[in-house]
Amino acid sequence: MLTALGTGLGLYALASGVGLSGRRRFAAVYGLSAFAAAVIAIAAATALAEAWPAESATLPLGLPWLGAHLRIDTLSAFFLLVVNFAAALISLYGLGYDAHDAEPRRVLPFYPLFLAAMNLVLVADDAFVFLVSWELMSLASWLLVLATHRRDESRSAAFLYLLMASLGTGALIFAFGILAGDSGLYDFAAMRAAPLGAAKSAAVFALALLGAGSKAGVVPLHVWLPPAHSAAPSHVSALMSGVMTKVALYGLTRLLFDLVGPPLWWWGVAVIALGAITALLGVLHAVMQHDLKRLLAYHTVENIGIVVIGLGLALAFRADRLDALAALALVAALLHVFNHAMFKSLLFLGAGAVQAATGERDMERLGGLIRAMPRTALAFLIGSVAISALPPFNGFVSEWLTFQAIIEGSRLPQWLLKFEVPVAGAMLALAAALAAVCFVKVFGVVFLGRPRSPKAAEAQEVGTAMVAPMAGFAVVCALVGILPIAMIDLLRPVAALLIPGSGDALAGSNMLWLVPLDPGRSSYSGLAVVAAVTVLALVLVAAIHRFASARVRRAPAWDCGFPDARSETQYTAGSFAQPLRRVFGTTVFAAREHVDMPAPGETRAARFEVTLKDPVWEGLYRPIGQAVSLVADRLNVVQFLTIRRYLTMMFAALVLLLLIVAVSQ
Amino acid sequence: MSSVPFELLQLILVVVLAPLLTGIVRKVKARLLGRRGPALVQPYRDLLRLLRKEAVLAPSASWLFRAIPYMMFTAIWLAAAIVPTYTTGLMTSRIADLIALVALLGSARFALALAGMDVGTSFGGIGSSREMMIASLAEPAMLTVTFTVALLVHSTSLPQISEFMLTQAVGIRVSLLLGLISLTMVALAENARIPIDNPATHLELTMVHEAMVLEYSGRHLALIEAASMVKLLLYLSLIAAIFLPWGMGTEQTLGWAALGLGLGSYAVKLGTGAVLLGVFETSIAKMRVFRVAEFLGGAFLLGILAAIFLYVSQGL
Repeated sequence: MLTALGTGLGLYALASGVGLSGRRRFAAVYGLSAFAAAVIAIAAATALAEAWPAESATLPLGLPWLGAHLRIDTLSAFFLLVVNFAAALISLYGLGYDAHDAEPRRVLPFYPLFLAAMNLVLVADDAFVFLVSWELMSLASWLLVLATHRRDESRSAAFLYLLMASLGTGALIFAFGILAGDSGLYDFAAMRAAPLGAAKSAAVFALALLGAGSKAGVVPLHVWLPPAHSAAPSHVSALMSGVMTKVALYGLTRLLFDLVGPPLWWWGVAVIALGAITALLGVLHAVMQHDLKRLLAYHTVENIGIVVIGLGLALAFRADRLDALAALALVAALLHVFNHAMFKSLLFLGAGAVQAATGERDMERLGGLIRAMPRTALAFLIGSVAISALPPFNGFVSEWLTFQAIIEGSRLPQWLLKFEVPVAGAMLALAAALAAVCFVKVFGVVFLGRPRSPKAAEAQEVGTAMVAPMAGFAVVCALVGILPIAMIDLLRPVAALLIPGSGDALAGSNMLWLVPLDPGRSSYSGLAVVAAVTVLALVLVAAIHRFASARVRRAPAWDCGFPDARSETQYTAGSFAQPLRRVFGTTVFAAREHVDMPAPGETRAARFEVTLKDPVWEGLYRPIGQAVSLVADRLNVVQFLTIRRYLTMMFAALVLLLLIVAVSQ
Repeated sequence: MSSVPFELLQLILVVVLAPLLTGIVRKVKARLLGRRGPALVQPYRDLLRLLRKEAVLAPSASWLFRAIPYMMFTAIWLAAAIVPTYTTGLMTSRIADLIALVALLGSARFALALAGMDVGTSFGGIGSSREMMIASLAEPAMLTVTFTVALLVHSTSLPQISEFMLTQAVGIRVSLLLGLISLTMVALAENARIPIDNPATHLELTMVHEAMVLEYSGRHLALIEAASMVKLLLYLSLIAAIFLPWGMGTEQTLGWAALGLGLGSYAVKLGTGAVLLGVFETSIAKMRVFRVAEFLGGAFLLGILAAIFLYVSQGL
C-alpha cells in the first residue's frame, strides 16, 4: 500500500514538473495524474477488501528529530479510494477539457500538486505533516481558482477563499496544539494515547468543527465555497466540490472519532443541528440560483450537511454506548461521502461539457441541449436522479440508511436528542425533496425545451475523452445503487476501526438485501427494485404495442391553441423557482420582487427584478467585516507615531507580558 | 401453496380496479351535485379510446417525452403492488419498504415533471413548477408519517406494519391520529384533488397536474391518466394498510378462504374511501396555489409533531 502511495506521489510530482516545464503538455500532465490516481485507488480498494493491516512509515523529512510520520489505516484507505478514484476519471476528462482552456499553464503545474496534497493529508500521522499538506491543498486549490483571474468575481472569490482557509487552518493548529498537550508530542499515536479532560476535549471538538467544517462548507462557514468552486475550471471544480470537501470530512472524522477520545452526547446535538441547517440552507440557496456551476456548488453544501447529520448521529449513539447504531450511522455517512464524490463529480463534468459546448453557465441562456448533446444529457440525467436521492441510484441508498439511523434515534436517552433527531429527519426529508425540485429545474431548463440563445442552438456534443469519464461516474452511480453491498463490504473495516465493539456493521446484508440492523426488520433491495421495474416495463411495453395504436404524428405544440415559436415564451429557471421563492424565499432570503412597468405609451421594456439576501452573509459576515474595518480605521493612528512612543509601547507590552507570567506562576 | 397466483393477482388487481375507483368518485360527486353522472365504467372507455388514437408529438419533443409515460406508469404500478391490499403475505410487498415507496413515487413525479418541461411551452413549465412545489412539501410530510409508524413498529416494511397493527393492541394513540390526518392531506395533494388542484378544471391557469401533461395525447396520455388512477388507489390502499388493516390475510393464511375475506374487506375499504373523497371534494372549495404551501406545511408540522410525541414517549 505504501509502495503504491509512494509511486503515485512520485508520479504526481513528475506530472507537476512537466506542467512547470513551460510547454502545453496536457497529455503528459493529465495522463500521469490519471495513472497515479488509478494506482493508489486500486491499491486502496484492495487494502480495504482484503483487510490489510495498517502500515506506517517515518520519513527523515520535516521537523528536525521528529521526522514525518505516515500511516495508512482503513479510514485513510477508504478516503484514498474516494479521492483517487474520482481524481483518475476527472484527470481523463481534463485531457479533453483543457483544449477549451484559455490559459492552461495556470492550471497544469498546480493540478497534480493539488492531488498530491490531498493524498498526503489522508496519510499524515503527525500534526506537522497533516497541517503542512492541508495548507498545501488549500494553496494549490487557491491557485487553481485564480486560473480564471481575469474575471473580477474569480479574484474576489479567491480572496474570500484564502481568508476562510487561513481561519480553518488556524483553528486546526490550535486543535492539534491542545491535543499535543504539555508533552508537545506531534504524532497521532501519542495524541490517541494521552487522555484529555472534559474542557480540553470540548475545545478540540469546537476547533475541529471550525477548522474542518470551514473547508467542508458547513453553515455558517460555507460562504466561500460556492463562489470559489464555481470560479475554477470545471474539472477543478469537480475536484474541489466532489473530492476536496471529502478530505475535509476526513479531517473531521479523524479528529472526532479517533484522536480526541470518547465523545460527549452534546457533541452529537451540535453536529446534528449543524448538519440539518447546512443541508436545508444549502438546497434552498441552490433552488434560487441560476448559474449552473454555482448551483451545483450549493448542492455540495447540502450534501455535506447530509453527511454531517450522519456523523452527528454516530457521535450521539457512540456517546450513549449504542455501538451497533453508531456503526450504522457512520456507514451511512461514509457511503454518502463516496456517493456524493461520484455524482457531484459527474454533474460538474457535465456542467463543464455544457460550458465547453456553449460558453454559457447561465441557465437562462441554455435549453434544448438533449438533442445536440444526447450522451452528456443522459449522463447528467443519471447524476441528477442520483443526487435527488431517487431509486435505483446510489444517492437513495445512503439517504435510506441515514433515515434508518434517524428512526433508531428514539433509543437515545437524552431529551434534547429525542426532540432534535425527528426534527433533523424532517429537515433532511425536506432537503431531499427540494433537491429533486432543483434538479427538475436544472435538467428541464438546460437540456429540455428549446434553445434560449443562439449559442445553445449551435451546440455540438463534446468529444469522447470528456464523455467517457462522465459515463464512468454514471455507471458507478447505478452499480452502487443496485448492489450497495460492494461498498458496504469496504466500509465495514472502517466502522470496526472507529467504533470498536460495534461488531460487523449491517451484518445481515447480502448481494440482494441491504439490512441495517436485524434481518427480520427494514430492508431494501436495489436489485429487486430494478428487476421488478424492468419486468413490469417490458410487460407494459409489450401490452401497449400489442393493443394500442402505434401511430405517431409530428405537429406543432398544442400549448392551449396559442403556440408561440419564440423561445422566450418558455418557462425559465427563474419562473420555475418562483413558487418556492414565494414559499421559502420571502422568509429565509428576504426575497423581494420588483416590477418596473413603463407607463402607457412609453416604448421601453418592462423590467422584473428579484432581490435576495443571504441571511448568513448579512447576519454574520457583514457585521464582522464592518467591525474589522472600524477597528482598522481607529488603529490607523498607530502607524504614524514618533519613535519615542513606539518604544514606550514596546516597553509597556513587555511589562504586561512579564506580569502575566508572574501571575500565572 | 405457491404464492405465485396471488402475486399476479395483486399486480393485476391494482391496475384493473383503479379506473373503477375513479369512476365511483366521479359518480358520487355527480350525484351530490344533482347530476346523473357518467357510468361507472366510463374511465375504462376513456382509456380505451385514448389507446386507439394516434399520438401527436411536438417537433421539439425529445426521446424522453416518449419514454417517460412508460417509466412513470411502471414506477407507480410497482409502488401500488408493494402496498398490501388483501393480504400481507406477498413477496411483492417485500421488494421495497415505506421509504422506498415514497422515493418510487418521487421518481415517477420527477420523470413527469421533466416531461412537462420537454416541449418548451409555458403551460408545461407552470405545471411542472407547481407540481414540484407541492411535492417538495408533501413528500417530507409523508416521510415524517413514515418515521412515526416505523417508531411504533420498529420497521419500515409495509407487511410488518400491517401485521403489527392487526395483532398488537396498539390502542388509540395521538401520534397515529395526527399521522392519519397528515397522510390524508398528503394523499389529497399528491392525487391532484380539491382543494389542492382540480382534476376536472377547464381553466388552464388554475391547473397543476393537467397543465403539466397538456402536450400528451393518444397512448401516452392513456398511460399517464391510468397512472394517476393507480396512484389514487395506491394512497387509499396505503391508508387502509397502515391504519385499517382489518380483514387482511397473512402469510400463514395465504389461500382461497382468506382471499375471499381479504378481497371483500379491501373492496369495502376502497368503496368507503371513494365515497368519502367524493363527499369531501364536493363540500370544499379549491385553494389559491400559494395557499397550498400553508395547507401542506400544516401536514408537515402535524407529521413532525406525531413523530416527536413518539420519540419522546418511547424512552419512558
